[in-house]
Amino acid sequence: MHGYEFYVDPSRCIGCESCVNACGECGTHRGVSMIHLDFIDREWTTASTPMVCMHCEDPACAQSCPADAIKKGEDGVVRSALKPRCIACSNCALACPFGVPKVKIEMELMMKCDMCYDRTSVGLRPMCATVCPSQALMYVTPAEAARLRRDRPVNTFHFGSQEVKTKVFMYLPQGSDALDVDVVKDMWRPEE
Amino acid sequence: MARPPQSVEELIRIYGPTLKYVPPGGWTQSALHAEDKLVKTHCCFCGQQCGIQLRVRHNEVIGFEPWEEFPFNRGMLCPKGVKRYLQGSHPDRLLDPLIRTESGFRKASWDEALQTTAIRLKEIQDRNGADSVAVLGGASLISEKSYLLGKFARIALGTRHIDYNGRLCMVSAGTAYKLALGVDRNPNPWSDIPQAQVVIVAGSNVAECFPITTDYLWRMRDNGGKLIVVDPRRTPITRNADLYLPVKPGMDTALFAGILHVVLREGLEDREFIEHYTTGFDAVADYVKQWDPLRTAEATGVSPQAIEKAALWFGSAENAMALHARGVEHHSHGVENVLSIINLCLATGNIGRPGAGPNMITGQGNGQGGREHGQKCDQLPGQRHIEDPAAREYVAKVWGVDPDSLPHAGLSAMEILEAIHRGEIKGLLSICFNPLVSLPDAGYIREALNKLEFFGVIDFFLSETAHHADVVLAGSLQEEEEGIVCSGEGRVIKINKAVDPPGNARGDSRIIVDLARHLGKGDYFKFPSTREIFNELRVASKGGTADYFGVTWERLEKEMGLFWPVPSEDHPGTPRLFEGGHFKHPDGKAHFLVAEVRPGGDPLDPDYPLYLTTGRVVSQFLSGTQTRRIGPLVDQNPEPRVEIHPELAAKHGIANGDLVTVTSRRASVTLPALVVRTIRPDTVFIPYHWPGRKSANNLTHRTLDPRSKIPEYKCSACRIAKAETPAGMKPNGELNVLGGR
Repeated sequence: MHGYEFYVDPSRCIGCESCVNACGECGTHRGVSMIHLDFIDREWTTASTPMVCMHCEDPACAQSCPADAIKKGEDGVVRSALKPRCIACSNCALACPFGVPKVKIEMELMMKCDMCYDRTSVGLRPMCATVCPSQALMYVTPAEAARLRRDRPVNTFHFGSQEVKTKVFMYLPQGSDALDVDVVKDMWRPEE
Repeated sequence: MARPPQSVEELIRIYGPTLKYVPPGGWTQSALHAEDKLVKTHCCFCGQQCGIQLRVRHNEVIGFEPWEEFPFNRGMLCPKGVKRYLQGSHPDRLLDPLIRTESGFRKASWDEALQTTAIRLKEIQDRNGADSVAVLGGASLISEKSYLLGKFARIALGTRHIDYNGRLCMVSAGTAYKLALGVDRNPNPWSDIPQAQVVIVAGSNVAECFPITTDYLWRMRDNGGKLIVVDPRRTPITRNADLYLPVKPGMDTALFAGILHVVLREGLEDREFIEHYTTGFDAVADYVKQWDPLRTAEATGVSPQAIEKAALWFGSAENAMALHARGVEHHSHGVENVLSIINLCLATGNIGRPGAGPNMITGQGNGQGGREHGQKCDQLPGQRHIEDPAAREYVAKVWGVDPDSLPHAGLSAMEILEAIHRGEIKGLLSICFNPLVSLPDAGYIREALNKLEFFGVIDFFLSETAHHADVVLAGSLQEEEEGIVCSGEGRVIKINKAVDPPGNARGDSRIIVDLARHLGKGDYFKFPSTREIFNELRVASKGGTADYFGVTWERLEKEMGLFWPVPSEDHPGTPRLFEGGHFKHPDGKAHFLVAEVRPGGDPLDPDYPLYLTTGRVVSQFLSGTQTRRIGPLVDQNPEPRVEIHPELAAKHGIANGDLVTVTSRRASVTLPALVVRTIRPDTVFIPYHWPGRKSANNLTHRTLDPRSKIPEYKCSACRIAKAETPAGMKPNGELNVLGGR
């Protein structure tokens, strides 16, 4: 969908796994979910975070692929590995700074999010961003994103000295102090 | 004696729950072949009633496609909505009526099953009187079925005992709104939420129970608003709360009294609004005088500073909303809890405007609509009171009967089970209700079911309750009949039929109509389809509080739903109630009512020193009759776990994953521990979707709110102890006990 961008806001995620379930409903890979959802540390917090492919400008997965199986389209979307080429060596999974590609050994294939290429090419929004109840995953125009959100989206990441630019944007939380997540910290108890 | 004919293990082997993962035709085929049609309808689960399109091929639902044009959810769905389609073409589906024998259930013809049901119910009534038979309905049914069921009970059976499972959902909210505002409907459309400057969410795990509402709350915050969460647990929405009040279970009334105390102390009340549009303020103001922040803190476990801050934020906001759900409603003082929230809104003039008002978050799919048209024990269609002579006369005329022949108010759901236990009610017909999992004190409920002389069930799967049935009438899923529901917003919407019932299963409405005919009352039930039922419902509701007369199926589809009341076909509907300070009491005013802090029905003592509270997880729905059969949803939460704070866990030597025995005054349940800092250390939490030995409702108690008759699920007394992991069982606590999934 021309002019639309993908935005991830981990702070909105409620860990419901709607995206995980919906991803597996996409036509091209029905039955296989490619999205990642992690609970950060359930003992301390309910916080969770979804991870889609960030679609890097210069994708490490493609660079590291010995079989030249991973292609980036002119639209900036980095596709899943090409089935005839992929040798399931896992180089891509090791190289990706965001930990996105999943190697399906039983299928001898790397699969990852391709931003619902089958849907966006026919004017439908990606499945995960359509269903996400908290809109932690959002697919809108930049103007719409600016209207809807007060946080700032970024698409430049520093891994050590390496800078990675991505097609997908990530919202960073507003400047905040240390976060206490223990209920006890909020409870009132009479002086003992 | 309605005892299960076989062991639970054997019944589970035959009737499930079986986990279904793959759509009809398999993953590949279903992806290759386009659907025959996309049916625009709504999710079958909670009261949010998200719009969804079902993909249908060869009379089977093979998947879904988001419906982005429906304004409430704009394509958004929770995991239950995403995977709801897997309830269709399910191996556990009942395809024929069943009749219980000594050794199990056998298939029966419709004639035999209907005739047996009619004869047995009639025999019981002939021997013991009309009221010795009761009917239980459900709030997942479309309004046509709820209406039909109410008429069926009162005319075909002539019993006064009909009630529904909304009784255990949110009746204390409905009762409080009626008492204070004169109508049982939440006041604001959800599009108001992002316009509020402050929103209190009290006793509602929005992220897991009403996930779509999360986006509304986040939008409110993006607009600069503040979110205040009141809950004994830090539920997922608390991650972005601007203020979190970790209230002690059962102390909501005190907390809101304390907040109102500060509002009045600071002079933040809306004097003009109070004077012109309300009555009873002085008594409430007088009552909350004693609830200063320190005393409130002592009672609630919330700090005085947080109470002050909540009051200042709410009282100073131009527009503020207070959303609440089962956490405040499931108490023996649930009505008081809700009244205390309404009082705060009225005192600050927060009602009847965009972004201002108290709002109840409806739990069940047709939780709102299902209680408006006659399956509630004290109501006739249109939210009319059954003891109101004018209402009786009007409805009797619509039905073509003598007003005096209409039964009077009957018992509520829990009271019906108690009357069965006492032997007063001997016959039961139940649809869409699984009380063995969903009512409190499951051991008592099982005893009651065993005592029934005849138990007829209409359902699409053999629920744990249906194990006790004499006759099971194979009914229909939501997507198998056309009709309407009313969502939590108060928006009446259209449910479209996607497929026919499979095998010899039949539409629920047809079953009820046929049963009426077998009872000799067919003349009152001449409904060829649900459309004729709907048209009668419109007339029966006309002039009532919940007036649907101007609603047509065609308008609902064209206008994406209509908010009732809709008194005429040219009426635009009523998205927001109480605009201009017009309330639904005869005096036109809102009524402040003193909400007194009262103790709960199962107090703590040294033997039972902890609070037990129960609730839901995101991937399961209510008693799990549907969702425990959908593989991906079960995988997400395979079994209940007991949430325990590390401070409490350490006292008992419990580590994450250890088995813990939770004991209440009624029973013990052993489950794995989930050790988390997101719960008060004096409280443990168990989700209630599971049956048998995993059922949280083995532990809960039967105390009811005296006015609303809602059970007190949210506060029982208990103790915990580390349980030994039985030999052969995995140390990570994976259990496979009786009555498993």
